[in-house]
Amino acid sequence: MQETMVRIKLADYDSLPVGAGQAITVNGENIVLFRISNGDVKAVENRSPHRKGGTLADALVSGKFIYCPVYDLKISLEDGKVQAPDTGEVKTYHVEVIENEVYITI
Amino acid sequence: MKKKLVMIGNGMAGVRTIEELLKLQPDGYEITIFGNEPHPNYNRIMLSTVLQGDKSIEDIIMNDWDWYKNNGIKLYTGEAVVGIDNQKKQLLSDQGRLVDYDELIIATGSSSFILPVPGSDKQGVVGFRDIHDCEMMIKDSRKYKKAAVIGGGLLGLEAARGLLNLGMEVNVVHLMPHLMERQLDETASGMLKKELENQGMNFLLEKQTAEILGDERVTGLRFSDGSEIQADLVVMAVGIRPNVQLAKDSGIYVNRGIVVNDYMETDMPNIYAVGECAEHREIVYGLVAPLYEQGKVLAANLAGIPANPYEGTICGTQLKVSGCDLFSAGEIGDDEGTKSIKVHNEFDGIYKKIVIRDNRIAGIVLYGDTKDSNRLFRMLTKREDISGMTSVSILEANGCCGGGEAGDVAAMADDELVCGCNGVTKGTIVDAIRTNELTTVDEVGGCTNAGRSCGRCKSLISDILAYTLGDQYDTSVKKAGICGCTTLSKDEIVAEIREKGLTNVREVMNVLGWSQEEGCSKCRPAINYYLGMINFDGYKDERDSRLVNEKMHANIQKDGTYSVVPRMYGGVTTAADLKKIAEVAEKYDVPLVKMTGGQRIGLFGVNKEDLPAMWEDLGMPSGYAYGKTLRTVKTCVGEKFCRFGTQDSMGLGIELEKKFERLDTPHKVKMGVSACPRNCAESGIKDIGFVGVDGGWEIYIGGNGGTDLRAADLLDTVKTKEEAMEITGAYLQYYRETAAYLERTAPWLERMGLEHVKEVLADESMRKQLNERLDKTLERYNEPWQEAISDNGIKEKYYKVRNVTVE
Ligand SMILES: Cc1cc2nc3c(=O)[nH]c(=O)nc-3n(C[C@H](O)[C@H](O)[C@H](O)COP(=O)(O)OP(=O)(O)OC[C@H]3O[C@@H](n4cnc5c(N)ncnc54)[C@H](O)[C@@H]3O)c2cc1C
Ligand code: SF4
Ligand code: FES
Repeated sequence: MQETMVRIKLADYDSLPVGAGQAITVNGENIVLFRISNGDVKAVENRSPHRKGGTLADALVSGKFIYCPVYDLKISLEDGKVQAPDTGEVKTYHVEVIENEVYITI
Repeated sequence: MKKKLVMIGNGMAGVRTIEELLKLQPDGYEITIFGNEPHPNYNRIMLSTVLQGDKSIEDIIMNDWDWYKNNGIKLYTGEAVVGIDNQKKQLLSDQGRLVDYDELIIATGSSSFILPVPGSDKQGVVGFRDIHDCEMMIKDSRKYKKAAVIGGGLLGLEAARGLLNLGMEVNVVHLMPHLMERQLDETASGMLKKELENQGMNFLLEKQTAEILGDERVTGLRFSDGSEIQADLVVMAVGIRPNVQLAKDSGIYVNRGIVVNDYMETDMPNIYAVGECAEHREIVYGLVAPLYEQGKVLAANLAGIPANPYEGTICGTQLKVSGCDLFSAGEIGDDEGTKSIKVHNEFDGIYKKIVIRDNRIAGIVLYGDTKDSNRLFRMLTKREDISGMTSVSILEANGCCGGGEAGDVAAMADDELVCGCNGVTKGTIVDAIRTNELTTVDEVGGCTNAGRSCGRCKSLISDILAYTLGDQYDTSVKKAGICGCTTLSKDEIVAEIREKGLTNVREVMNVLGWSQEEGCSKCRPAINYYLGMINFDGYKDERDSRLVNEKMHANIQKDGTYSVVPRMYGGVTTAADLKKIAEVAEKYDVPLVKMTGGQRIGLFGVNKEDLPAMWEDLGMPSGYAYGKTLRTVKTCVGEKFCRFGTQDSMGLGIELEKKFERLDTPHKVKMGVSACPRNCAESGIKDIGFVGVDGGWEIYIGGNGGTDLRAADLLDTVKTKEEAMEITGAYLQYYRETAAYLERTAPWLERMGLEHVKEVLADESMRKQLNERLDKTLERYNEPWQEAISDNGIKEKYYKVRNVTVE
């Protein structure tokens, strides 16, 4: 099956808090948006890469990294990679901010 | 073309051999492994801890799927090898797969020995060998209550402890008059039995199982003396049987195990055996240390590197059951050729016996105090001549200037084993520390594997670190800073904040040169705490620097749901509140309603977006079931109802909780108030505890009921409730001001010294000042749940989940 990418509007930029994640379900896919301190918006799948799973929505945000709230893994918001000494990865999404609107390509 | 190496068995000894081989010759072979369990390689030793509830199955995986992939190893799990054709050099699996080999390792381990008594095939009879057995016991424990463990050896006792933890009644059936009779003498085994009985185990000694009763499922056991017991789960832990059938069928020479020479070669060319399935010089080993040594020799052999032959191993054993510190090695019985040194201190439950033959240690039994096990075991394996030593110096480490352990490390030769489980010598560890600049025990484990199995050697590894790094060890620890973002210690940070008048987290990190601009999950909560402690007058808390529970004001569970725990001051509630809690639980379909350990009702499994509405419906503050703050004040019913109570424990408890709730502390703080020395509120293991006596209160501090159990120390006896409140305030504030973030009162008190804390708190003006700062701090706090309900900004930012649908 060929999957097509679509671009979806998610939220108003202004409504996104700085420093806390916003959980969003898009067509059944669980995603968290982070508006980070430099103004960028990042999106990753809302699933802790830890073997036991869990949420990322309430992660501690530090620059371009978040710390998984349940297991404290350090995860890059740029490429979804878990930082050493832990391992793992989460999916990242392409996010665009146009005017005041946040779009994601999925 | 690379040669093909195939291994049958994906267990501890086999995979360790492959690890060693990859170290010596990363690209030497194309490697294929067959394992008939569905899992990647896991630490079988740790199954006991899984059963005992300390670890999960995920935690004991040693090499995950990625490891096989990254090392180019082809792995077939859940697939057994059923035939070896040594002419064609080919294997056949039970799924019909044919695989060629150039070299073949048999590492099939062993299976639980199931007693061949009538009924042993009934449902509910299990061995204790693999994850499957473990899962089955855990599952059965939910449905059934009575367990019988046949076998009072290492495995049986560990299984029995696990079943107790799973809430079952446990009978341990043992054929011999003593437990662990192969490792312990009568005295030690008697002490062990007593300890385990205290833990709730029941023993049936000198009982021979004759039949397992029941129709389809087991219902009980009958013994050869005609007596019977009930049981709906029977664990067989009477021994193991090497898995040798495959080798035997293929014409390989098998005695009890697959017979190998000093290079782990069988009598068939290109076929090797390693691990519990192998028999070397007439011994089949059942502990990992010797198996790992075998693996090392085999790996060198396969890599074509000349290696020392394997010449056998003397094993040391310990039992992985908390509360039973025991170590045993070598000969434990006495005979004409032996003499022994014994120490038996019945007051402290300590027993030590050293068996000596020809002026050399031949056996060791330690019970209750095993700290000398490494040193003695080393003397035993090195066959050290002890004729010049006194019995005291044999039993106690004899560093000349009180040096103890450190002197001990210096005296160790480089080739002495530090970690028996993983066969790592002192020399290897020292090398690794020097070449890779290691500073922690975990790092040493990462590089050398030392300490990663049973963990017994960790304290020795830490001594070696101290010895190798010398002064650097201390400074490097200090230099490491509170986290990776800074080299500053807690004291330095606190001093800088005070000196430079810093007022927010960002500023601290900027001014003090943090390497990661916005800090990490370790330093941010700590700085936030220190700032609040120092700027007690109106510090604005930084919510986004808090760890998740404190940020959300509810406890996160592993599936991302939260819990709501309504405050119940002093564990006291009303019928009306109970009704309300019940209604809310019903309305929000709360999956679990549970009495918590801190005397309140927890509603578990709540979706984050429901939290504010639930708090609103409840109309009572939620309790701090999660924070680094005062959690609960546990109380007994006391003078109001109990016939023994001499004081109003509920009254004091409620007053304490109302006054100190919400206070930020370096770590959680728990209190207990009992109205008489019967101590129903367990005040003796709380951060601060009160025990009512005639005419006043005894105050205890620094207790801990958590992972590191510590009984509290008596601080003082006071006459009135007011005095009790005042001392508590001063104590809490002194702890707040001097402890490191995440340091609980128990280690804090040990670090500061009881006498010192007593002195500070005895000083009236000091007490007053501490209380003044504390009272000011307390003014700062708001009720967070009310805030979440009434502040839309907070609701939006922290509790909202949105759904976006597109067609
Ligand atoms: C509960 C428990 C606690 C223990 N505690 C300790 C301890 O504290 N200290 C200690 O030193 N040791 C302990 N041991 C013993 C230790 O785990 C074993 O000595 C060690 O695992 C043996 O390693 P091995 O590789 O020989 O066998 P195993 O680890 O058993 O691996 C053999 C593997 O081969 C598989 N296999 C067998 N036949 C085939 C076939 N035909 N095809 C494919 N695969 C096959 C088996 O299923 C198994 O997975 C404990 C064991 C148990 C069960
Ligand atoms: S501690 Fe004493 S007063 Fe309190 S309930 Fe127990 S027996 Fe009664
Ligand atoms: S001795 Fe068991 S892990 Fe080191």
